[in-house]
Amino acid sequence: MSGRHPSRPWGWPRRLVHLGLILAALVFLMLFLVLPLATVFVEAFRQGVSPYVASIQQPEALSAIRLTLLVAVIAVPLNVVFGVAAAWAMARFDFPGKALLGAFIDLPFSVSPVISGLVYVLLFGAQGWFGPWLDAHGVKIIFAVPGLVLATIFITLPFVARELIPLMQSQGSEEEEAARVLGASGWQMFFRVTLPNIRWGLLYGVLLCNARAMGEFGAVSVVSGHIRGLTTTMPLEVEMRYNEYDYVGAFAVASLLALLALLTLGIKTLLEWRYGDELAHAPGGH
Amino acid sequence: MRRRVLPGFGISLGYALAYLGLIVLLPLAALAWKASGIGVRELLHLLSTPRTLAALRLSLGGALLAALVNVAAGLLVGWVLVRYRFPGRRLFDALVDLPFALPTAVAGIALTTLYAPNGWLGGWLAPMGIQVAYTPLGAFVAMVFVGFPFVVRTLQPVLASLERDVEEAAESLGARRWQTFFRVILPMLAPPLLTGFALALARAVGEYGSVIFIAGNIPMRSEIVPLLIVQKLEQFDYAGAAALGVVMLLLSFALLVAVALLQRWSRRWAEHAA
Repeated sequence: MSGRHPSRPWGWPRRLVHLGLILAALVFLMLFLVLPLATVFVEAFRQGVSPYVASIQQPEALSAIRLTLLVAVIAVPLNVVFGVAAAWAMARFDFPGKALLGAFIDLPFSVSPVISGLVYVLLFGAQGWFGPWLDAHGVKIIFAVPGLVLATIFITLPFVARELIPLMQSQGSEEEEAARVLGASGWQMFFRVTLPNIRWGLLYGVLLCNARAMGEFGAVSVVSGHIRGLTTTMPLEVEMRYNEYDYVGAFAVASLLALLALLTLGIKTLLEWRYGDELAHAPGGH
Repeated sequence: MRRRVLPGFGISLGYALAYLGLIVLLPLAALAWKASGIGVRELLHLLSTPRTLAALRLSLGGALLAALVNVAAGLLVGWVLVRYRFPGRRLFDALVDLPFALPTAVAGIALTTLYAPNGWLGGWLAPMGIQVAYTPLGAFVAMVFVGFPFVVRTLQPVLASLERDVEEAAESLGARRWQTFFRVILPMLAPPLLTGFALALARAVGEYGSVIFIAGNIPMRSEIVPLLIVQKLEQFDYAGAAALGVVMLLLSFALLVAVALLQRWSRRWAEHAA
């Protein structure tokens, strides 16, 4: 094809155009993606290894790590159960309002993270709907761990469902119907046929859900109250240290989150590479 | 009728609806309820204060510009990643999702350090009189960062599935390269570009974490709307926060509807063009 018109007398040689475009794209990627990522690690180790290690071993940092893990351990499984249930209903059955349900599942992706926190403050805060009742019964949700968990569940709700719905739709239900006809119970069919068929897609969804759950800032910031050692997750600890001019400390915790992001990207790429045809590539999750 | 064979419709749909209702719909109803309590006149008064107007202008204007930049950059990067082969291509392809994976607070402090007057990029821009950190320009840079993957990721599958023979036909009929690109390729790419644009815009409008670090949050100058919501909450002005929240929410809905309409329109347009 290119041999037919090697290069026009007035056009640039094709090769040169390609090279120019590649270089321009790489410069943009370096400036906007690689440099910020490099900054995190350079700043974390600015004063050497031992201040870095010391700032990660401080009790506030350790409790922030524990809290982040706790929140993710609660939020991710709940959203996995929801995602599987929603995908089963939507990919295997027809019912009125299906499109609307799909739109509602996507909703948390399209609202500002701040709003995800705000809605829970309006429900459970001191002057919220249930605030006085909760106060009278000594239950704390806002400025406490339950609020962090709720806001995180809200923000990460779509990830698993959005990966599984198109995947299960494209796989069809013949194998599951065959299992049923051959006498399998509902759960036998689910664990022996459905789950093995969707395992890589499920893992993909869990991976993205977990990364967001551990890294969420805006939503948890609103409901946290920033009580050190009690309600500060890792991203909030990064913010507090940064605002206290403890830059090495802030970037040290940030470097752990950046490592988590890199790990997530690595596994995600591996999954796409090895099991690409067993995944549904829903474009543009957050 | 075949579907009857499969079990679990009632329980899976019931569970999904109950969960969605409790986690998403009930809280959003509380937001609408709280906002409706303050009345139209007060809402307009709140929205027309100079400080809110300035924040709306930065949130909307900055996001719009950032989404436009992301369309251009996304087209370039998507094109290069799909069409050309070069060392490190897979690595850069994987890296495109970094803004999705990197927590926004981390991105925020990294961008701020990078663009501060003594930072790697800021120190280089300062002699030219360009200050990025602690200005509205900083908010714009953070918005470009968080919205970048959308255009690339919506573009890539479409670009990969384009039939090369259309381009070859155009070229063999004597079209120049730029004519082929603008008259043949770009119309086919319009739907994913528009979708990516709207998604990047929606993300940038609502972005909080990365922007608040780099923008400096100077009232009337570099404050964004989500920050005003947080400030009102900190002053226990729930009604004011809810009012701004509802405005943001309506904005998101409008963008979602716009995406759907744009996609339908551009699909029809692409069919005509093809």
